[in-house]
Amino acid sequence: MSVRVVSAVRLVQQRSIVVLIGLLVALAGLIEIIRPGAVNASWVSNILEFAAPLGILAAGQTLVVITGGIDLSVANVATAAAYIMASQAPYGVTRAIVAGLLVGVVVGLVNGVGVAVFRVQPLIMTLAMGLVVTGSLNVYSQAAIRSVPGVPAVVHTLGSGTVLGYVPVSLFLWAPLAVLLILGLRGTGFGRLLYALGDNLEATRLAGVRAWQVLLANYAACGLLSAVAGLVLSGTVNAADLSLATVLLLPSVAAVVIGGTSIFGGSGSYSGTIVGALILTVLNSVLTLLDVPDAVKQVLYGAIIVILAAAYTRVLGHD
Amino acid sequence: MASTAVAEAPRPAGIRFGRAARRYGWTVAVYALFALLMVITIAIKPDYGSFEWNTLTLAALPLAFAAVAQTIVVLSGGIDLSVGPLMALANVLALRAMLGHDLNYSLVVALIVLLEVTLAGALNGAIIVVTRVPDIVITLATSFIWAGLALLVLAKPTPGIPLDFQNLAQGSTFSPWVPNALLVLLVIPLVWIPLRRSRAGLAIYAVGSDRNAAFRSGVNLGWSRLLAYAVCGFFAACGGLALSMTTGVGTPLAGTYYTLSGVSAIVLGGVSLAGGRGGMLGPVAAAYILSLIPAVLIYLGIDPNYGQMIQGVLIVIVVMIGGLGVVLRRA
Repeated sequence: MSVRVVSAVRLVQQRSIVVLIGLLVALAGLIEIIRPGAVNASWVSNILEFAAPLGILAAGQTLVVITGGIDLSVANVATAAAYIMASQAPYGVTRAIVAGLLVGVVVGLVNGVGVAVFRVQPLIMTLAMGLVVTGSLNVYSQAAIRSVPGVPAVVHTLGSGTVLGYVPVSLFLWAPLAVLLILGLRGTGFGRLLYALGDNLEATRLAGVRAWQVLLANYAACGLLSAVAGLVLSGTVNAADLSLATVLLLPSVAAVVIGGTSIFGGSGSYSGTIVGALILTVLNSVLTLLDVPDAVKQVLYGAIIVILAAAYTRVLGHD
Repeated sequence: MASTAVAEAPRPAGIRFGRAARRYGWTVAVYALFALLMVITIAIKPDYGSFEWNTLTLAALPLAFAAVAQTIVVLSGGIDLSVGPLMALANVLALRAMLGHDLNYSLVVALIVLLEVTLAGALNGAIIVVTRVPDIVITLATSFIWAGLALLVLAKPTPGIPLDFQNLAQGSTFSPWVPNALLVLLVIPLVWIPLRRSRAGLAIYAVGSDRNAAFRSGVNLGWSRLLAYAVCGFFAACGGLALSMTTGVGTPLAGTYYTLSGVSAIVLGGVSLAGGRGGMLGPVAAAYILSLIPAVLIYLGIDPNYGQMIQGVLIVIVVMIGGLGVVLRRA
């Protein structure tokens, strides 16, 4: 291998986010080739608008994956939060939003108790809680015979409004959240503890860290972020049905993995996840542009995630 | 020689009992739970007869296969989140090819579908082994691929599985209390017992139990994991065909339910998600328990929508009890 190739590989390994952004630009270029003139300010605005719910959902997922866990209930929580928010809307918007967010915190806390106190595997705990949440939501929707009213105007604006013509309103929620998470993970004790727990749970525990408290708080944060994502999503699509966020479960994990966070925990960042979420959203836009049937779209989407993840693991291969 | 003589010396009964209890305790408990649930069911519905039993075996059949498919992968230390979509794929492939044909033709189709979906499962394993991407990511992604393919084969639920083929699982040829759906389950031991006793089966347990130790003992990790995913594909295909037999319909969207419930069944059935520990008896009984719950709710006059919730709560309680045991033993 020549020196140049070696240094290129090293650059990729150290600055993987550069490569990801390169991929993002390449995908945008592909769209421009397929349909010249398609990539403009309103396209960028659209991409950001649709990436926001996924980005926020994947934020919670990133927190959990860094600790070496996984949360398969994020989509169910997002759906439930949005549905309950919409059904509580007639009693006041504030109450509705608080109720929606509470769903996330409560489910997150239960997940946390299961994982941190009872040492249940995160996969199983969150899978089962996902069943409980969806089952409860079905019962709730049957009990509330009245049809669920539409999404309140505030949430609709949050999810799909724009400022100055092109800047999505959801960006004003997503961007501060992103800054908070990136700085928080890098610079605060809590953030460092998440990496430590993901790297070696027993060692961290033996070092005197109250691991269960950190994990509990972390799962609650993930639940809260999922609920926020659900509310934003319901605003984006202007509806809150019983399968609102189901389609975002795989993308939430894929965005984290593509963004370079190790699924085994201990390393990764939210900035990578953001680029991952943007890549997936642009990819979706490419597939939509190609005008293929939904089934083909689904197959291609899955295949591309496999290829991306494989290429990524190959290049960065830290075995 | 001396060491083998020592190893073969009879152990005190206490130790033997303790070991047996640890090894089979959970399975026995699962069967006891199932028996208890049956007693409760009969108490609630005194006229519980062979018809209801038949309905239960029909409902549990696809789920039992889904659970067994997941078990083999989990034993090898992996997880397959594409079991449900694989079942859906087998189900719709069967419908497309069997529509309007007789039993013999259908049986040939069934064999081809088994082969195809086994290969799809093997492809899952091959991608995981070759790319070294974590199994959970790959199977989540391929679950999209299989589900998309199923939708391509069949756009919407369509009836039309030949009646003769359905009758392989429906009804009861021998006795009303031994429905055919129960006999179809015999496919599981027919495949599993020879596999488990073979070197390859032992290798699957070894890989799941301790990958490094298995590697140093000369086990081919790649092939063992690939085999586990292929067998998983085979049982998922059985599940899809079972779905065809029990419902007579091809449903491209059946997937998600069976992935989640299959994982639930193996957890309830005492298979360790860490890999290397567990068998097939527990998950099959767990599949029956999970299928009995909605029926009991209907007998009680409760909205069956509670079923999913109760299933989730049951799993949370079971895994928490399991986790508590670990915590207490450490303390």
